[in-house]
Amino acid sequence: MTDDEHAFPAEETGAPPPVNRRQFLAVTASAFALGASSAWAASQGDSAVEAPLRPGAPARAVGARASTEVLSRLPRGTYSLAPLRHLHGIVTPSDLHFERHHNGVPSLDAKRHRLLVHGMVDRPLMFSVDDLMRLPSVSRLAFIECAGNTADQWHGEQDLTVQETHGLTSTSEWTGVRLATVLEAVGLQRGATWMLAEGQDAAALARSVPLTEEILRDALICYGQNGEALRPEQGYPLRLLLPGCEGNINVKWLRRLKLASAPFMTRWETAKYTDLLPDGRAYQFSLVMEAKSVITAPSGGDQLRRGVTEIRGLAWSGRGAVTSVEVSVDGGRHWREAQLQEPVLPQCHTRFRLPWKWEGGGTVLLSRCTDETGYRQPSRSALIKVRGTNSYYHFNGIQAWAVSADGRVRNVHV
Amino acid sequence: MSSRTWPHWGFLLGTVAALTAGGSQGAEPDRFGLGRPPTEAEIRAWDIDVRPDGTGLPPGQGTVVQGRRVYAAKCAGCHGATGTEGPYDRLVGGRGTLNTHVPVKTVGSYWPYATTLYDYLRRAMPLDAPQSLTPDEIYALVAWLLHANGIIDEGDVMTAATLPLVQMPNRQGFVLDPRPDLPPP
Repeated sequence: MTDDEHAFPAEETGAPPPVNRRQFLAVTASAFALGASSAWAASQGDSAVEAPLRPGAPARAVGARASTEVLSRLPRGTYSLAPLRHLHGIVTPSDLHFERHHNGVPSLDAKRHRLLVHGMVDRPLMFSVDDLMRLPSVSRLAFIECAGNTADQWHGEQDLTVQETHGLTSTSEWTGVRLATVLEAVGLQRGATWMLAEGQDAAALARSVPLTEEILRDALICYGQNGEALRPEQGYPLRLLLPGCEGNINVKWLRRLKLASAPFMTRWETAKYTDLLPDGRAYQFSLVMEAKSVITAPSGGDQLRRGVTEIRGLAWSGRGAVTSVEVSVDGGRHWREAQLQEPVLPQCHTRFRLPWKWEGGGTVLLSRCTDETGYRQPSRSALIKVRGTNSYYHFNGIQAWAVSADGRVRNVHV
Repeated sequence: MSSRTWPHWGFLLGTVAALTAGGSQGAEPDRFGLGRPPTEAEIRAWDIDVRPDGTGLPPGQGTVVQGRRVYAAKCAGCHGATGTEGPYDRLVGGRGTLNTHVPVKTVGSYWPYATTLYDYLRRAMPLDAPQSLTPDEIYALVAWLLHANGIIDEGDVMTAATLPLVQMPNRQGFVLDPRPDLPPP
């Protein structure tokens, strides 16, 4: 509770309690129903029936979570992990969207911010945020996943939660203008096949974007996130969105686009974000995030109770829509098709679920997804067989959660 | 390749991107009329990138000896006295380790382009005062780092002309994303 919530108590304003007759009857009826089962409630440690009803809080300018809902990112200086275990559906609340930055979150003023588009263009232009907002606006849901998400799983087992292993991915509704619209405004010159995107952060983070058909079709310059302006951690006031591509190239605090005929070979596409292989070579410009899924509940750190529950998780693919998720409740001996919960959208978190009954006993829970290209999420061992254990980025292997005989859940490798 | 392949790298081999083909045919008028032409000063202030062929490198020069002093004053606190101690990224050494169980990725062992060093120092270093280094300081730091990694001689001077000619040991170490790279399950 904050002081703000008590600023205008009903007693002082004299306003009637915000309950109409129908709501009153509903409350009364449910109070009787609860009364009938108060013995059950007491056995559950539930004291709701004893709490006297009092007028609630008045209207507020800005809402907040219920005080009993404790949700938080796990901040670690240069990044923070989203609390996937406790989220519902597919959208990540904006204040819980994961963060990654390379020299802090800048504090920028949208009125003063500018986007320069130059290089191999007919008309170099400087856009204000307002200019971009006047151009045709589009919205779509998309996940953004840090290339380093789940990097700890390349190496040995650790006792980690799903927030720690997979919390560097989030889904938002993004609103902005198509990159193609802005490139049309400046007049892309023949032979301009790459574009440097640069941020206004203290790292002036810069990445070379290949102007592939997919990127020209899908890329957005965003100013909106989940119905409001971008959060500072997500690039306020402007960011690039390249749906399906690794988080780092979705350049935040976007201030400059420079068109060219070749990549610029910045530090973030050479020294970093390249996948070192066992033979010493490395993949470069491995931009797309391949299909991946994880069971978010139950997951690492949970204590299971016997009886009916529902296995739930998230699946996503940078190459398109998820078409199926299979779940194994016996360490991979048998696989069952999970239900995909609508909406199922391309380059977007997709919620899957499978009813389950835990009756005690140890087992291992797994999930694997397939996307619209037919690509199926590999096992950790299949991934390591090709990539070794030193590539750090782009881990998308099957995640295993072991349930011990006493119901404790922890991260294992199978 | 089939639709399993993404992105379609064909455009790099001459399949020109759709927008380019349909776009600029000389200077067509901008049908939106939004934005304004930037001034030369505005472009100069932000146009800080340096490319592998040296485009973007400013006038100036630096030597290994000068670089040693700048490094000690502005870099050693984070990267160690010799560029190997940390606590932040190790910058020196590691040659021959990339295909071992403990690869050491440094400027010398991993970075494919010497120009990237200038670009990165110019835009992002030092962490507590980015974009505060002068061109001469950056050329000097680049010279010292390349020399510490055994790539240039102690007497070599780094300038806009000499830096793009430096051949990095791991220049051939990268392959364009070939994924999906796993055999189908």
